[in-house]
Parts: sequence; structure tokens; C-alpha cells
Amino acid sequence: MSQLWEYAPAPESRDIANLKPAYKMFVDGEFVEGSGEPLKTINPGTEEVLAEVSTASPSDVDTAVKVARRAYDRVWGKMPGTERAKYIYRIARLIQERSRELAVLESLDNGKPIKESRDVDVPTAAAHFFYHAGWADKLSYAGYGPDPRPLGVAGQVIPWNFPLLMAAWKIAPALATGNTVVLKPAETTPLTALVLAEIIQQADLPPGVVNILPGAGDTGAALVGHADVDKVAFTGSTEVGKLIQSQLAGTGKKLTLELGGKAANIVFDDAPVDQAVEGIVNGIFFNQGHVCCAGSRLLLQESIAEEFLEKLRIRVSTLRVGDPLDKNTDVGAINSREQLTKIQELAAAGEAEGAERWTSACPLPDKGFYFAPTVFSGVSQAMRIAREEIFGPVLSVLTFRTPDEAVAKANNTPYGLSAGIWTDKGSRILWAAQKMRAGVVWANTFNRFDPTAPFGGYQESGFGREGGRAGLEAYLDV
Amino acid sequence: MSENRIAVAKTYKLYIGGKFPRSESARSYPVTDSKGAFLANAAQGSRKDARDAVSAARKAFAGWSGATAYNRGQVLYRVAEVLEGRREQFAAEVSAAEGIGVKKAQALVDAAIDRWVWYAGWTDKIAAVLGSSNPVAGPYFSFSTPEPTGVVAVLAPQRSSLLGLVSVVAPVIASGNTAVVVTSEDRPLPAITLSEVLATSDLPGGVVNLLTGRTAEIAPWLASHADVNALDLTGAPDALRADLERSAAGTVKRVLRTRAGEDFTAEPDTSRLRAYLETKTVWHPTGV
Repeated sequence: MSQLWEYAPAPESRDIANLKPAYKMFVDGEFVEGSGEPLKTINPGTEEVLAEVSTASPSDVDTAVKVARRAYDRVWGKMPGTERAKYIYRIARLIQERSRELAVLESLDNGKPIKESRDVDVPTAAAHFFYHAGWADKLSYAGYGPDPRPLGVAGQVIPWNFPLLMAAWKIAPALATGNTVVLKPAETTPLTALVLAEIIQQADLPPGVVNILPGAGDTGAALVGHADVDKVAFTGSTEVGKLIQSQLAGTGKKLTLELGGKAANIVFDDAPVDQAVEGIVNGIFFNQGHVCCAGSRLLLQESIAEEFLEKLRIRVSTLRVGDPLDKNTDVGAINSREQLTKIQELAAAGEAEGAERWTSACPLPDKGFYFAPTVFSGVSQAMRIAREEIFGPVLSVLTFRTPDEAVAKANNTPYGLSAGIWTDKGSRILWAAQKMRAGVVWANTFNRFDPTAPFGGYQESGFGREGGRAGLEAYLDV
Repeated sequence: MSENRIAVAKTYKLYIGGKFPRSESARSYPVTDSKGAFLANAAQGSRKDARDAVSAARKAFAGWSGATAYNRGQVLYRVAEVLEGRREQFAAEVSAAEGIGVKKAQALVDAAIDRWVWYAGWTDKIAAVLGSSNPVAGPYFSFSTPEPTGVVAVLAPQRSSLLGLVSVVAPVIASGNTAVVVTSEDRPLPAITLSEVLATSDLPGGVVNLLTGRTAEIAPWLASHADVNALDLTGAPDALRADLERSAAGTVKRVLRTRAGEDFTAEPDTSRLRAYLETKTVWHPTGV
């Protein structure tokens, strides 16, 4: 193992987050107390309470939907696209202006490393608003007919892994197409969505166009099941996605789902090894592996498997796990105790089923929820760690001999969100990319996101796209 | 033809994997014209027939989705050619099935032929119209292409026996999906005759599979089948629609919930094509 350089701690100041002791829900342009049981959101890096957050009861959901309906009927639905666009551009700019505050707050609430919230989450969130703002007055060019109409009120439920970014993915296209929004952030990560609400207030968006209601699963169920919601967009687990699809049966509401994944990262014997190792590491350890499109199954061509695994372990052992606010941290905190328990349980299943476990010897902080980067080799397709989404920093390594076998193994899953291909041969990339039953294929790279590039799943990873021209369809009556 | 000649009556069967089997259940049901006169017995498809049809459709998917768009376009156009040659036969069958005059039936048959031509032309244009080159903010080449969803279960319209059927099946297969179709329950004969056209138009066996029978009996099995990727509810009985949607949620199927009373004589748009397409986005770094 290579020697680690000593790093002095380089913490980002938490004062920048402007943390307040209490946060309220955002309805009709105002911050108001919800009538649900307030929740305490904690810093998963230290287990300390960050703030108390009011939550929405079913009657609050009802109020918010009514407000959103009124805003749709009276203001937003009939506002010219050119005017809607300017509001959305304002939101993009305000996110950029308050980017460091949002980044620090995100890392505090979510546990992700500051370098990631600062360099990926927040800038990409701003980019999503900026991109979609431009669509607002160009929808007649989007390929859905001369005058595609919005749906009305969108009920949106988002996960805890990219709290601000997922809010942007949901709100930006909904607003650009002329819908109004009621959004529920995840129970464990409500804070940045509520700062986004402040930004929406600063942008002077007409009251009721965007409403943000913190709460747990029951708040989400009340929202997606509300009779006056026209459109439901959900990002989260396949299990909950199925429940929502089932709950909405017969209602005629338009639904899009962004669900789980078990992506294969295929490394062929001619792949540039160092580049591939970097990509594999990024694919599974980015955001603690809390990524629906994480490259959680590594498929190595048998002839290079041993050498590759050795290099991979050396690289993984240099990952710095710890304080999310430290600028040198590579892998931050697991978002919640519940998620940590789930990861531990699945890792134990991997050992019990006979896979070979290797875990980085990196030091872990005494407090907070942490899980050392772990690589399982000798994994067979029937094992739980090859089939179930772990949603943590755990990589399962399988091998293959022929390209056809690689494709068959990669596609041997009910999911279909993403896939990775590593090879120097162009024709093989294009061949394999075509064969993957997955919505996003990264070749010689991984985990790239951009508002211009449609993202979404095949099969049980959900339906509908976010981003690009294709993503507009989810919010249009076409 | 002698005036006293006895016509050879046709046995109407299922169409699965390019073959014409009877229902494995050996059941049949009488089909009558709009006035109640006996026309023929149709096979009453069963759960097992549906399962066989799904296997056939899955087996055919790799080949059909992997065929070139040009090839698929020629096959669909060939269907129109063969159909054109049997206009009179179809007009007579549609007239009998739908209780309309032969002239009106003829117009519907002509529209059905034209619909095949319309979708034949789409096969090699969908990707250009619905796909994209994505100008991402970084040193990457990114593009998106529409790809077929997989095996689509289609509950064909109950009233429009040929034009409606063609209007729901052609967009499924134009983009490379394969189909398991439950035909109109009371008006199934034009569908079965259409399968004879499909079988002789170079359409690979299994790309379209047709089941006659009770829609309410067969549809739930298709809605819950794990190897079906999408479900078209057009011809579903009202009382069953919500249940079928709930079943479809078990494997996150794409469900097309067409508005009631679709007018199949109207010019179609791309919505039925889009219903069974997945967008795939591919990224690759650029650099020397």
C-alpha cells in the first residue's frame, strides 16, 4: 500500500451556512408554521441537531395544492413564456450568488464532502434553472406541436442524496413549461430546499407558484394522492415508486419516476487502466455511493481482473473518509443511521454468501455515520450484493470472458438506469452502448450530469426523462 | 365458380411466434355480425396462450430491435402492399364485423393501409426527430437516441376492428418493439386475417402476436407479466382499467392510458410512437 501524505485539516467555515435554529415550510410566498409534528434534522457527520423544521400535515398539503392551483389559474399558467423565463433566470443567478452558503449547508445537512456540494451539486442546480429558463418561451420548437400546454399543478417528491440538485431537476422544468409546484424534500435533508424557497422569494416569483413542504413519507403520500394534483414526479427507491404508480392507478395523473439502479461498469482488457480505476472509484464512491446511477457492479474481463483489483484497492485505500466540511475529504458521512444500518446489513450478507470482502483501513471519525469504502470480489450474480441496490460505498466485482457475456451480465437486472464501458476500441464502445438496456451510458467516464443531457431509466429504474428536450415531455400535456 | 359451390370456411386461429395455433385451452367462442348472424368461431385465448405470446415476443425483440430502421421501414411498407392486394376481402370482413356498408368499410381499409405507409416512413426518422446531440458544459461528446421499450402488451380497440388495430400496433413495432395484442373481443376476424398479411410480409415471427378471446380474462395476466415492459389500455374494459394499471406498477411498466373515444380516422401524431420509446444518453470524453 502506498503511503498517505499527512494533510492538515482544511475545514470550510460552517458559519457560511447561515444556519438558523428553526425552519418553516413555504406556502403562497410566505414561510409558515406547518401543523405536522416538527422534525429535527441532524448533521450526519457529527450526529448533532442542526435545526428544527416544521412539517406539513395532510391539511397543509391541501392548502398548498389549492394555492398552487390558484397561482396556476390566475398567474403562471397564462403568463407569456418570455416573462416566466426571466423569473427562472433570476433563480439561477441567485443560486450562483449564494452558492457557498448552499454548499456548506448541503454538506452539513446531507453529509456529502464540501468539494462535491461546492463543485457539483450547487453549480449544476444553478445550471438546471439557467438551461430551463431558456425553454420557457421556446416550447413551440420542442417537437411537441405548435402550442404544447402545461399540465397544471405538479406534486414532486425528492430524495436525500442530492437535496438541492434534485429540487432543481424537479422545479426548473415544471416552471419553464408553465406548471406550478408543490415539492416535498426528503425528511433527513430539508434545509437547502428551504433556502431555495428564500431564493424564490428574493426572485419575487408570484406567490403560490412554488410551495415547499417538509415532511416524511406520509406527507409525500398525501401530496401524490391529492385529487387536485395533475402531475406527479418522484425520485427515490423502486419500492416506493411502485407504491406511487399503484396509488395513482386509474386517476389519470401524469407520472414520471426516477428510481433505483444497479449499474454495471464494464472494463475490457484493452481499457486504459489508470483512467478506468479513477472512473470506477468515482462511479461508486462519489457521494458515498448514495447515487441511484452508481456503478455498483464492476465487471472485469478475466484476463486483467487480478491486476486491476490490486490497483483499485491501492487507489481506494487513499480515499480520505471523514468530516464533510473538510476540503480534503473524498468520502463523507452516510446520510442517516437507518441508511448506515442498511449498508451494514447488505455488506454482512455479502460475506455470508461467500464473497471476499476488502475494506479500506482508513481511519473513521468517532462520531457520526461512516462506512469505510468496501470492495467485494468473487461475487456471483445470484448474491444479494449483485442484485440489490446498496446505496452506499460498496462495490461488487464480477468477471467475464467475452463481450457477449459482459453484456448479458450487465443487463441481468430488473433495473436499467446507467452503465459504464471502459475500452480503447471505439467500435466496441458503440456496440456495447447500443446493447446496454440503460438510460445513461458513460464510456470511459462516469457520473457526468448536465441539464442538456436527458437522464432517466429503463425498466424498473423508472420512466420519463429529466433534462434536455426530452425532459420537457414530463410536464407537458402531449 | 359454380353457383352451387359450397365455400370453404376458414378456421380462425391465434397468431403466435409466426404460427397459427389454436388456443391451448381448446376453447372457442362464436363471433357474429352486428345483427347476430353467425360468422365464425374464434379461438378463446387463455393465460397460457398469453404466456406463449410473451415468450415469442421477447424472443423476437433482439432481432427486430437490432434490424436497421431502413429494413423495418421496408417491412412495414410491405405490409401495406400486401394489404392493398386484399382490399376487397378486408372491406367485406370489416363491413360484417362493424355493421357498416361495404363502401364505408372500404374507406376504413384504405385508411388502415395508408396508416401502415405513414408509420413505415417513421422508422428511420424517429431518431433524428426525437434524439439529440447534447451541448454539455464540459469536454464530452454526449448524444441521446430513442430506443424501443421492449415487449408491449396492446389491448386493441373494441370497436374499430381494423383501422383501430393497425393504428395501435404499427407505432409499437415501427420503432423496434414487439407486440402481444389482444384483439377486439366481439370483432376479432379482421385482426386474424391481418395476421395472415403480417405472416406474408417478411415480418419476423413473434414481432406481432395476436390473441383473440375475452379481453377481461387475458389482460390481467399481461398487465402483471414481468417480461412485459409496456401496456396499452386502449381497448380495456372501463371497470378493469384501474386494476390493470395497479398490476402494471408491480414491474414499473409504461402504461398508455388513451383518452376514451379516440378517432382513428384522424391523422395521427407522434404520441403513440413516443409511448414505447426510451431515451438513451451516451457520454464519451473528448481530447487528444
